Amino acid sequence: MAVNIALAGNPNSGKTTLFNALTGSNQFVGNWPGVTVEKKEGKLKGTKEVMIVDLPGIYSLSPYTLEEVVARNYLLKDHPDAILNIVDGTNLERNLYLTTQLLELGIPVLVAINMADVMEKTGDQLNLVQLQKELNCPVVMISALKQTGIKEAAQQAVALANRSRIETAYGQFDERVEKTLERLAALLPQTIPAAQKRFYAIKLFERDRKILADLPEIPAAESIIASLESELEEDAESIITNERYLWISSMLERCYLRKKQSSLSVSDRIDLIVTNRWLALPIFIAVMALVYAVAMGNWSISIGTHGTEWTNDVLFGEIVPNAVDSLLNSLKVSSWLSGLIQDGIVAGVGAVLGFVPQMLVLFLLLCILEDIGYMARIAFIMDRIFRRFGLSGKSFIPMLVATGCGVPGIMASRTVEQDRDRKMTIMTTGFIPCGAKMPIIGLFAGALFENAWWVATSAYFIGVAAVILSGIILKKFRIFAGDPAPFVMELPAYHIPSLQNVLRGTWERGWSFIKRAGTVILVSSIVLWFLQGYGFVDGVFQSVEDNNHSLLALIGNTFAWVFYPIGWVGDMAWKATVATFTGLIAKEEVVNTFGVLYHYAGELSETGEEIWSLVQADFSGLTAYSFMIFNLLCAPCFAAMGAIRREMNNAKWTIGAIGYMCGFAYGISLIVYQLGGLLLKEVQFNFFTIVAIILLGGLLFLLFRPYREGKTLEIRIKTAKRD
Amino acid sequence: MKTLKEVRCGQTVTIKKLHGEGAVKRRIMDMGMTKGVSVRVRKVAPLGDPIEITVRGYELSLRKADAQWIEVE
Repeated sequence: MAVNIALAGNPNSGKTTLFNALTGSNQFVGNWPGVTVEKKEGKLKGTKEVMIVDLPGIYSLSPYTLEEVVARNYLLKDHPDAILNIVDGTNLERNLYLTTQLLELGIPVLVAINMADVMEKTGDQLNLVQLQKELNCPVVMISALKQTGIKEAAQQAVALANRSRIETAYGQFDERVEKTLERLAALLPQTIPAAQKRFYAIKLFERDRKILADLPEIPAAESIIASLESELEEDAESIITNERYLWISSMLERCYLRKKQSSLSVSDRIDLIVTNRWLALPIFIAVMALVYAVAMGNWSISIGTHGTEWTNDVLFGEIVPNAVDSLLNSLKVSSWLSGLIQDGIVAGVGAVLGFVPQMLVLFLLLCILEDIGYMARIAFIMDRIFRRFGLSGKSFIPMLVATGCGVPGIMASRTVEQDRDRKMTIMTTGFIPCGAKMPIIGLFAGALFENAWWVATSAYFIGVAAVILSGIILKKFRIFAGDPAPFVMELPAYHIPSLQNVLRGTWERGWSFIKRAGTVILVSSIVLWFLQGYGFVDGVFQSVEDNNHSLLALIGNTFAWVFYPIGWVGDMAWKATVATFTGLIAKEEVVNTFGVLYHYAGELSETGEEIWSLVQADFSGLTAYSFMIFNLLCAPCFAAMGAIRREMNNAKWTIGAIGYMCGFAYGISLIVYQLGGLLLKEVQFNFFTIVAIILLGGLLFLLFRPYREGKTLEIRIKTAKRD
Repeated sequence: MKTLKEVRCGQTVTIKKLHGEGAVKRRIMDMGMTKGVSVRVRKVAPLGDPIEITVRGYELSLRKADAQWIEVE
């Protein structure tokens, strides 16, 4: 018979380590239905039918955070056969708080006290027999990191799952509270199983709307709740929380002896330096600079960059094309098919896979920082700055990474825990000028601004300003503002990273990227290759040598009018439009496209020096700047859009994010072109001047509009469809 | 009324009452900050916010904006 065991525990309790140790490589990663919370399941090592479901790390079963709602919905509705509750032995009081709630669900619970090794070292004494008696459920000691006791714990959980009778004790609350809960339990509908009566009675008492929505109305309850509230002069939720903690304290008094720590722990001593008032920021900058240098930089220590260069120049520059070439030749395939395979698929997918080495190095370093415990410190140090823009302290990392490439940048937003902050980070990370946008800046800075230093600098400035403005504006919108959950965060003790965790984390992120290169990016590469290579010549549809006749040029011409208000007029209009479209494959393509469209036959240098004079003839300084801004801020390349889609895990949010970027880019370009043009006397006062003024006014209004955090928190979850 | 926000680094105080309501209050209490518990402010972030406290034998950081809901003595 198949057995489902839910793994539940606080964040930082060692849950992930335990899950990895229990399941090994038999893992399935997905998302909980309807939300962006990651769901992991795995078969227990050495068994065929025992499935371990890793619940999100949670502190409580309240209705106020997404993770907690997801976890309790699963526990109540899917009813696993047993709960394996991992408890951090160095932080018993708070960890057992969740345990007191899990015990009420009518599901057998096994409590596994983790970090037995650390407890032994510090000399803390825990009377297991006594704790077992108090909780009335089996308790075992384990060390997830050292992998001691975990097999036994798993076996015991399985045995528990197979037992038919459930024995759990509930917290012994104050007599008055107990009486009230009894009266409320009596009001509950008969359909609720006896073992879950306690849970539902407490939820009824706490006025938990999410749980009560599934029950018929119980009007008699309110007066019972209110009378106890006025008697104890507290609200219902506080009464229950207080009682739980009182129970835990009294229980621990009887079975736990914490050794007084005489001196600072190693971790504390590290923190004295790392989060020191004066040293924290310099150390942070140094760590980030090192990560950047090793993964994305352009020096001899930049392992990631060397890997990427090798992949681009050798693997996808010579080895793969040559191998494919000889294969295609030997198979004697027709020229259009070999064109599709070589120029479409190999070139397109290769361009994206080239980033893999950089990303793997980067993710490896980030995983190490996370596992050591430094990530939490970053949030602690940077929170104050980023919070103003509706972002989190951890948003810094995605932004930094995005100066190299937006794709790993967006993927790095995973480390941002809060849903709102993460979504905001995903939406704004793409504004940072990535490495591939540099040639665009180079082309126009060279062609029109005599390589003035301020052009490239202003590009970065505009990118950062776009992030900040968007943050300030977006956080005021309802869809973002509804979340007043306080920022509470632990700074876990530093520890040596576990090789297994780090490698697994790196691989999971890297692999999900590679998989996408095989799907979304593959398809879009083929489509664009087709649009670029085929078209109508003299009314006949055929493959075209001259890009000007391609379907892509046709599309460019058709849509060029859209960009008229931002100054793309005259001869350059359709060229700029086409270049913007090809920029969607990869931003490097923008310069290449101009090369093709200006009929430059040879190989272009990176910044397209060869066509500078031609560009100069077509663009004015202002239109060039407008084009540059639009291309820096608008929808990122397909690879980055794919990353947005994956991280948002929701079609509406993905479209919203990309739409917002395009709209924002268009608005800013319009303001710069129309108002800048008016000042420079390049543009006459016209209808779009008024539009630009209105847009600017609207932007300033949104920017300075007062901001209020919402008072209520709505967490919506699509109910899982069960077959 | 003195709140946790005003407590100096290194000081130990006792929680007297929790203000606010709903998600914020529940979250603060879920983390173990209930009436009568003693709290020590261990650290202030380099930029002055958030703060790190010791409560129920573990370390927790929270923003001053949330700490002001916690009345202490």
